[in-house]
Amino acid sequence: MNLFRMTMLAAFALGSSAVVCANAGPGAQRQTELLHLLRHDCGSCHGMRLEGGLGPPLTPPALRRLSNEQIVATILHGRPGTPMPPWRPFLSPSEAQWLAMQLKQGVSR
Amino acid sequence: MKQLLLTLMLMLPTMAQAECLTRGTGDMGIIIERASGSVLVIDTSAHKVLFRVKGLGDLSHASAVFSRDERYAYVFGRDGGLSKIDILCGALDKRVIQGGNSIGGAISQDGKLIAVSNYVPGGVKVFSAADLSLVADIPATATAKGKGSKTVGLVDAPGQRFVFSLYDTGEIWILDMKQPGKPALTKFTGIGRLPYDGLVTPNGRYYISGLFGEDGLALLDLWHPEKGVTRILDHYGKGEQQLPVYKMPHLEGWAVAGNQAFLPAVGHHEVLVVNTSDWKESGRIAVHGQPIFVMARPDGRQLWVNFAFPDNDTLQIIDSETLKIIKTLKSGKGTLHMEFTPRGEEVWVSVRDKDEIQIYDTQSLTLKTRFKAEKPSGIFFTNRAHQTGL
Ligand code: HEC
Repeated sequence: MNLFRMTMLAAFALGSSAVVCANAGPGAQRQTELLHLLRHDCGSCHGMRLEGGLGPPLTPPALRRLSNEQIVATILHGRPGTPMPPWRPFLSPSEAQWLAMQLKQGVSR
Repeated sequence: MKQLLLTLMLMLPTMAQAECLTRGTGDMGIIIERASGSVLVIDTSAHKVLFRVKGLGDLSHASAVFSRDERYAYVFGRDGGLSKIDILCGALDKRVIQGGNSIGGAISQDGKLIAVSNYVPGGVKVFSAADLSLVADIPATATAKGKGSKTVGLVDAPGQRFVFSLYDTGEIWILDMKQPGKPALTKFTGIGRLPYDGLVTPNGRYYISGLFGEDGLALLDLWHPEKGVTRILDHYGKGEQQLPVYKMPHLEGWAVAGNQAFLPAVGHHEVLVVNTSDWKESGRIAVHGQPIFVMARPDGRQLWVNFAFPDNDTLQIIDSETLKIIKTLKSGKGTLHMEFTPRGEEVWVSVRDKDEIQIYDTQSLTLKTRFKAEKPSGIFFTNRAHQTGL
């Protein structure tokens, strides 16, 4: 294993630790806030368990057809002409990216 | 002796569940605890929690209706669960999973039928209020994607009818259950884009759907269904930029004072005032955020308004005569629902992120008391049993 790969792995293992990299994503406290937002505020349309409501389900199988970029774009800009609102005023691109990753993986309930 | 007393005291909570209360239920109600799938049974005179009933599944967005003897609460859960709770015993009487993803329900005029509206599969199912057995299954119109349209805004109406809206296909349907074995449907199509909720006026005459995809609201006169659906307030919002909507408003009950009714505007920081004699707009009230619930105190003198994210930490109170905001309260983040006591001296407010219920005096507009509840959302008092549409 070369040094580069090892550093990468270490960076991965440390995850969002701000020390490693400034744009590695939201810090631990913000992650908690984001999960709360997902459950309750996205949940008001998508269901608290994200299994669908007025808006479609946001479960991994339901989102398989979308790329991370498409999900991020939907979150930040919304879907004009539908109730899906743009979250850009409240979420940075890296936070939307983190949320998209959580959705793709499946959020623990 | 001391030992015996202690054992007795420890046994009390379980005994209370087994031995039912003997009392009237007119000053009782339930509070939905959305995250834990439980319901609190409360006493509105004593400001006390009587029971916590657990095991009700996913209760996000859950609502409830009461049997006409005010003993049973029927709770409609997100996961399609329909639960019948005996509030005198603090016990689950019966629970069925009736659909995949439900949104609300209603009880029939005679109290014998419970109707539930579903997102997945779209449609309405009708159950016996006694044992929750299925009486009728009414699938909604299929959408272009082949799924049944989501159904919303389900209410009861006189004549043993239910009325609801079809979100994806833009329809209002009347379901007549006079002959339970022969449900009869009257359909109104092309009522407007994306109806998101509906209400019926307390006299059961007018059904109104809020439209997300268009300006205005759709109105159906249930005394004269032959006249069809008409559009009211269709000019509101015209030419104005609609703001993004972070939570859909609720049309529940009917905030009326004199011949003026009050409705939340979608995508605007406004409460709309409409004259109920000609259905024309008679004013607008600028408020703190996008309104979710606009509720009239039972005497009609005040309107209490809560708001969508990111303004959901605030309550505003409007004087219905002057249309002025008389108080702004910072109740806390996740202020989701309000319920007035039957004669309106108090309003109970659920504040999700503080895990608490706040009780306000509606005369002095001050906080009287508060108590803990886990992520509370809907609050429902038993007097709803005798109100059409609730
Ligand atoms: C006011 C209601 C509402 C809220 C709140 C809301 N959404 Fe949506 N969302 C919708 C609707 C409706 C759609 C479907 C749009 C369409 O028809 O294409 C949607 C679509 C989406 C999609 C695309 C799903 C797909 O299968 O195409 C994603 C991803 C999404 N929302 C994420 C979110 C996230 C994350 C949040 C919270 C930060 C959120 N939504 C909050 C209503 C909402």
